[in-house]
Amino acid sequence: MNEYIPVLIMLFLAVSTAAGMIIATTLIGPKKNFADKMEPFECGESPIVSPKQRYSIKFYLIALLFVIFDIEAVFLYPWAVLFKDLGMFGFIEMMIFIFILSIGLIYVWKRGALEWE
Amino acid sequence: MLADMIESIAKILFIFGMNIGFFAPVLGWVERKQSAVMQDRIGANRADIFGFTVIGLFHSIADAIKVLTKEDFIPTGANKFFHTAAPFISLVPAIVTFCVIPFGGRYTLFGHDVNLVISDLDVGLLFIFAFSSLATYGAVLGGWSSNNNWSLIGGLRASAQMLSYEVAMGLTIIGVLMVYGSLKLTEIGVMQENFFRWGIFMQPLGFVLFLTCAIAENKRAPFDVPEAESEIVAGYFTEYSGMKFVMFWMGEFLEIVTISGIVTTLFFGAWHLPFITDQMLLSFFQFAGSNGASILAMLVNIATFFIKVIFFIWMQMTIRWTLPRFRYDQVMKLCWKMILPLSLINIFITGLVFLR
Repeated sequence: MNEYIPVLIMLFLAVSTAAGMIIATTLIGPKKNFADKMEPFECGESPIVSPKQRYSIKFYLIALLFVIFDIEAVFLYPWAVLFKDLGMFGFIEMMIFIFILSIGLIYVWKRGALEWE
Repeated sequence: MLADMIESIAKILFIFGMNIGFFAPVLGWVERKQSAVMQDRIGANRADIFGFTVIGLFHSIADAIKVLTKEDFIPTGANKFFHTAAPFISLVPAIVTFCVIPFGGRYTLFGHDVNLVISDLDVGLLFIFAFSSLATYGAVLGGWSSNNNWSLIGGLRASAQMLSYEVAMGLTIIGVLMVYGSLKLTEIGVMQENFFRWGIFMQPLGFVLFLTCAIAENKRAPFDVPEAESEIVAGYFTEYSGMKFVMFWMGEFLEIVTISGIVTTLFFGAWHLPFITDQMLLSFFQFAGSNGASILAMLVNIATFFIKVIFFIWMQMTIRWTLPRFRYDQVMKLCWKMILPLSLINIFITGLVFLR
């Protein structure tokens, strides 16, 4: 547990640096508010469409794929650390696991979920 | 006990000072000056103190003062809390990640055991991944909270790109773990004392894939589609100016330093000089007494580590100013159809080679 105390000190330093930067700039910087200036940037035009609308389903698919393959990576970590102790048995087991997930990747690939046009 | 406290406070101040006081401002200057040299321009050279310009280095100080006196701008309709939190979230993990990277070995000084890493965690690599993936929130929240179409597109691109490359980056590192059998970065460093046991010889494919993923994860050119200024103004930080913009920018530069540190530790022998073991170094400095030899060896190792880090920073800067930006579909295709299958094949081949 003692090993985490320096991390906490570093975290504290980082947070105070970042917070200090934000606080300093809000205190020192000028504040001039008028309606035209506060508009979101739209190349000089008034914004016509609000950004709060539906967007492409591709991004949701990537999020789902991320969950699947990141969990695969999580399972691979402990195996990789113990790889030499587990030997051939562990290697074959893990290759079967990776093979099953590769079928998933190939399926997703063939269904065109990775295509962007 | 007291010696331990002094040691860890000294290490924290050293790394914090190195990152915030040296790397962040100097990289800001390097980015401008190197791009100028590569594009045959002069670059930043005007800021001076009493007539001394020092090839434009004072621009870092001038920028810091200028940015402090700029307005903290939040557009109408933006979510004030998340708009402020986003740069905060991208800067803090970038500073903290360096905690587990060893910048030297173990030395005995005046009977006290000095271990040159801020915190020698057993889960070092997982700690790095955990903290570096927090930076995703910064980009996504920044894009979403700005109430701006360009920002939202940039934020979405950033989220999909960073998630994809995080998976690939996690898988490219598996090969290294299989070779060294540890998540602890100090142990990985110690095992690379022999020049021919350096990660680059054990995992050449792993190195190339990891560096690609790391640059993409950091959203730098040629993977800077989330902030592609020729398509979507400035992407997720269109609505950021002044100090908040600088915080995003500092986070990016500190990530470069961290990536270089990881690459050095995993693939390029950490703090070791090629062909020179720790024992040889100590006996070479024996003329200074046992404590003096330890100190000199320590300084040589720290210098070796940081020279390697600076080399990889230079390499990333050169890549950034050499290659043109990829299209978004190419970036995603590279991740899912090239790097992911290749890293799985890399795991398979590593297994076959190292299984005895």
